[in-house]
Amino acid sequence: MLELSLHILDIAENSTRAGAKTVWIDIVEDQEKDRLTIEIRDDGEGMDQETLRKALDPFFTSKKVRRVGLGLPMLAEAAGRTGGRFEIKSTVGAGTQVRVEFRHSHIDRQPLGDIPGTFMALIAGNPQVNFEYRHRKGSGIFVLDTAEIRKELDGVPINHTDVLHFLRNMIREGLEEIGVTNH
Amino acid sequence: MAKIKIEDLKKIKEKIQAETSLRAGDRRVKVTVHMGTCGIASGARGVLDALMAEIAESGAKDIAVTTSGCMGLCSREPLVTVEVLDQDPIKYEYMNPNKMRQVFKRHILQGEIQTPFVLAKGAEIVK
Repeated sequence: MLELSLHILDIAENSTRAGAKTVWIDIVEDQEKDRLTIEIRDDGEGMDQETLRKALDPFFTSKKVRRVGLGLPMLAEAAGRTGGRFEIKSTVGAGTQVRVEFRHSHIDRQPLGDIPGTFMALIAGNPQVNFEYRHRKGSGIFVLDTAEIRKELDGVPINHTDVLHFLRNMIREGLEEIGVTNH
Repeated sequence: MAKIKIEDLKKIKEKIQAETSLRAGDRRVKVTVHMGTCGIASGARGVLDALMAEIAESGAKDIAVTTSGCMGLCSREPLVTVEVLDQDPIKYEYMNPNKMRQVFKRHILQGEIQTPFVLAKGAEIVK
């Protein structure tokens, strides 16, 4: 993975596959503490302790079509490379929470990349799931709640291509406003 | 550029509602971009992006776009499945934005399957 936004897409896809109704995605850029934190939380089926223990093993997966599961190990590795931290918590029947910290200025920290594109892909493939995205940078905050958007749409599918284009531009603009760049 | 507002979403909603009421069977093509870890790592999001841009540019209204997980052929990602109504699905392998644009123009709009990029015909069984 070359961008943090690709990791986010990948991990949030795990959440939707776990049957989540809502996926919360929080990004905090704290340049004073030189820290970038990403938290992805869901209300999906969760994992038991045994599964959770194996989640970071690249040769473990819950899927049947292949024998490796690289999503979480790669994210943990990416955080580790910058002197950051990786944390995962899960409760059966309640959901899973993944939290990663990066050193913001570290040369090996991947760029954020195309966040609007990540949300477009998530919404296109999972129109039934609510995504609640919060991005804080300094004193600025951008919030996207697809449940609200859906209410506004009044029955028009949220994954309609025109709506997806609207959302893409809305996120891009909102992030620009609080000074979030692709880096 | 003027700031995007929620009122703009209302306009889009009304436009879509007006369009939908004008036609009966609306979805002619369904395109699936496989978005597992393997797909994402090899560029599936960029492929989806190119597809969305092509749809917007062409003004086509009868195409649905979705994503799916990994189907076990990670080495051939990014994979894209094109299902034209009443036809067998076609799976394209090793996709990139350029190939996606070609498949959109030639296959999705003109019905001409792009055989050099085809992996298989038919649907996979997802477990």
